[in-house]
Amino acid sequence: MAHKRREMLIDPLVDNNPITLQVLGICSALAVTSSLQVAFVMSIAVTFVTAFSSMFISMIRNQIPGSIRIIVQMVVIASLVILVDQMLKAFAFEISKTLSVFVGLIITNCIVMGRAEAFAMKNSPVDSFIDGVGNGLGYGLILMLVGVIRELFGSGSLFGITILETVNNGGWYVPNGLLLLPPSAFFIIGLIIWAFRAWKTEQVEEREYKIQTVEAH
Amino acid sequence: MGLRNFFDRIEPQFEKGGKWEKYFPIYEMVESFLYTPKTVTTVAPHARSYIDMKRIMTYVVIATIPCILMALYNTGLQTNMAIAEFGANGWRAAIIEALGIGFDHTNPLANMLHGLLYFLPVYIVTLVAGGIFEVVFATVRKHEVNEGFLVSSMLYALIVPATTPLWQVALGIIFGVVIGKEVFGGTGKNFLNPALTGRAFLYFAYPAQLSGDSVWVPVDGFTGATALAVSASEGFQELAGRGMSWWDSFYGFVPGSMGETSTLACLLGLAFLLATKIANYRMVLGCLGGMIGFSLLLNWIGSDTNPMFAMPWHWHLVLGGYAFGLVFMVTEPVSGAHTNMGRYIYGALIGFMVVMIRVINPAFPEGMMLAILFGNVFAPLIDYFVVQANIKRRAKRHVR
Repeated sequence: MAHKRREMLIDPLVDNNPITLQVLGICSALAVTSSLQVAFVMSIAVTFVTAFSSMFISMIRNQIPGSIRIIVQMVVIASLVILVDQMLKAFAFEISKTLSVFVGLIITNCIVMGRAEAFAMKNSPVDSFIDGVGNGLGYGLILMLVGVIRELFGSGSLFGITILETVNNGGWYVPNGLLLLPPSAFFIIGLIIWAFRAWKTEQVEEREYKIQTVEAH
Repeated sequence: MGLRNFFDRIEPQFEKGGKWEKYFPIYEMVESFLYTPKTVTTVAPHARSYIDMKRIMTYVVIATIPCILMALYNTGLQTNMAIAEFGANGWRAAIIEALGIGFDHTNPLANMLHGLLYFLPVYIVTLVAGGIFEVVFATVRKHEVNEGFLVSSMLYALIVPATTPLWQVALGIIFGVVIGKEVFGGTGKNFLNPALTGRAFLYFAYPAQLSGDSVWVPVDGFTGATALAVSASEGFQELAGRGMSWWDSFYGFVPGSMGETSTLACLLGLAFLLATKIANYRMVLGCLGGMIGFSLLLNWIGSDTNPMFAMPWHWHLVLGGYAFGLVFMVTEPVSGAHTNMGRYIYGALIGFMVVMIRVINPAFPEGMMLAILFGNVFAPLIDYFVVQANIKRRAKRHVR
């Protein structure tokens, strides 16, 4: 059992990553990764919500009527998101302002909903909690990777600390403006998926077509 | 032929089992560049005439020659004219002074040479940086490096401003080659135009070096709004007051990206491409139709606040990158639509979008690059609907 739980935690990091393999939660990955600090807080928030919503839903899974289960799941998730939102406003107001609507939109993050529906409805609370943490960390891992690339090359800093001195401040580095625009995360996530699949070839999907050889007449 | 013998002698080394088997693509690239490829498509359905990819790509490069010459001449002309006012600086000026040619903008030779000193470094960097990535992908993916890259690199070098730092030129073409082409499987599988993808990357990544008033003429201190920027802020009627006549724009004696200023040079290239049937006239007609139709509509609607509404179609034709894009980018066969009806629609969509972006979107004064990339993205969808419409039409014939 312990071995299986360890897998639940480790598996979503690379082998079954919610962003790179299942391609869920892309919207917030584009929106909040231009600075590492914000991406970090977002990762923690999503991990918290996924873990606890999975746990609570798993606790009441035998009492939830099948026909309204999505609504019940939404209520649990929404309550947790409001909790996170209020906490951020109370203790990290600046970051909460930068994250703005994206904290609220954790409710619609497919990862949270997906884990609740696919895992928590069938498994014990402890397993669901571990699974939620694992998926939150998998999401966070990609967010941090994208955040490092975007902040380092887009503004020449990491966590707001200057690494590459930009020309505007008298340094040598010309910041890449594309990386500050949300679409750049598409490219970066695409490249990360490429790298992951080159490393773990079993993730490569089968081709939808077949190349046939034509014999010369 | 000594060279042929040399190739024949070293070839076994590069074939399967040879010492340098891995580097076959590099051997193949050099060999097929100098000679006719050994393997050309000979079976149906692809072989319909004697035009193969090598010939298509070579013809496109030939078609860009007028634009290259104008790029050299006009870049030098603009630079020399600005130098008369602001003074010379940099290593290029040092070379010209050392050669004793001077900065006389009435001397065509001095202009050509000065232009060459700007164009050549950009082109060489493009070839080297993009070429390295082409070869790496060809080696790993085991496909060939073909003349397609010659076209992409030439077009790319022609559409960047002369002031672009060379490392940015390199980054742009690498992005264009990798993200615009190789990721999707190489030449023939790219759904975006690689040269434009690279240009678009630079445009969004380094807007300070790729747009604005001071990037078009490579002389420190010189600023001058492009014709499109002036039209957007004060209306195209103001252009005459700034010494930019329609004919200047048509011939290409205005500041701009190196190779795209001259509509005349582009039209010469177009005539060659149409005569050799490399370019499809349907895309050109569609693109002209879309641009003329939509700009006439906007002229008719009119606007009190936006002077671009009043810009007539013949100004749209000669300003910015419209003509260059029309001739060399819209007609690119791979990233465009493949059905005949689809080609009209594809062209018209680009013509419509370019006017739309230029006139109605205040954020971008020029829209040809974005319009073509937009068209590229929609091309497969257009083809799909054209094919479906054809299936429906033919199904209706069989009324049971």
